[in-house]
Amino acid sequence: MADVIKVGMADMNTACSPSILTTLGLGSCVGICLYDTSTKISGMVHIMLPSSTQIKNNSNVAKFADTGIVKLLEDMIKLGARRSKIVSKIAGGAQMFSFNDASDIMRIGARNVTATKEILKSLNVPIIAEDTGGNHGRTIELYSETGILLIKTIGYGTKQI
Amino acid sequence: MGISLDELNSLQIDVLKEIGNIGAGNAATALSKMISKRVDMDVPKVNILEFRNVAELVGGPEVEVIGIYFKVTGDITGSIMFLLDKKSAKLLINLLMGMMDEGEELSEMGFSALQEVGNILAGSYLSSLSSLTGLNLVVSVPSLAMDMAGAILSVPVILFGQVGDKVMLIETDFNEGTNHVKGNFFLIPDEDSFETLLKSLGVI
Repeated sequence: MADVIKVGMADMNTACSPSILTTLGLGSCVGICLYDTSTKISGMVHIMLPSSTQIKNNSNVAKFADTGIVKLLEDMIKLGARRSKIVSKIAGGAQMFSFNDASDIMRIGARNVTATKEILKSLNVPIIAEDTGGNHGRTIELYSETGILLIKTIGYGTKQI
Repeated sequence: MGISLDELNSLQIDVLKEIGNIGAGNAATALSKMISKRVDMDVPKVNILEFRNVAELVGGPEVEVIGIYFKVTGDITGSIMFLLDKKSAKLLINLLMGMMDEGEELSEMGFSALQEVGNILAGSYLSSLSSLTGLNLVVSVPSLAMDMAGAILSVPVILFGQVGDKVMLIETDFNEGTNHVKGNFFLIPDEDSFETLLKSLGVI
């Protein structure tokens, strides 16, 4: 059995093949999975907010899309990942509660997804698959042996991307 | 500048706990009136904890739970969320509707009933807060979601996460006869409103 490494809220971790990275119950947060197709070194970060620049208390880099993705890339490269071979898959960013007036804070899931995409683009990391938005939670598992991302839900089935 | 939970002193925490107690007491009274039965309440526990530990309170991030969410406007802005495990939600629905439905699933009618309970609990909670602080507070209609605890909790955690790494939740246990309903209650003032709230309570 491969090791299963848990990634909590506002947390990140890296793994080598054949370990599995997982984060449980993603809601409006976004799970960003990075994967080096050559060395099979993988990484996952569970971000809560789009940007560290508007927040006073920003010491936890894994909490924000901007700082979290950059730090995860650095950690993977330290482990021997090849920058040019790293691709990404993203999941999460749901809107758990709906209101008629879509205030900013209610759309935090969508804002997290937008910020994540912008940052990955600026870092030249291609997004090869995503399962974002909607109004349901997701548990994700990244298999570092294959790069497959398994997504489990309650009532919306299970899929691989 | 906003105040975060991380930097509260013990007096401020005690005052927030006391609000939790009074609010939950009023909510229990309201619940009791609604079902015309005696409802006892254990002394609520007010926890301020690191957000990575929140989901463990309800049995882990993948456990299916029900969240009822409200927005608060008026002199302060923020949110309120009730979190119920599925078993407690079912019990509450049965109590309200005088049913003995043993099934696992919740009906549409059950959801409506829960929203209504949420309304009454949130209303009684806020009115006690309002009379303590003299602040004018208005609560929105409820929005209900049933999903993994981690996903439901991501909403209050993100709101709290904008100012710190901790959340405040009030654990309340209601008892009617041998029935035991366990609820968690989050009171989340927006960044700028926390200071207003603490000021109005005389602890700043």
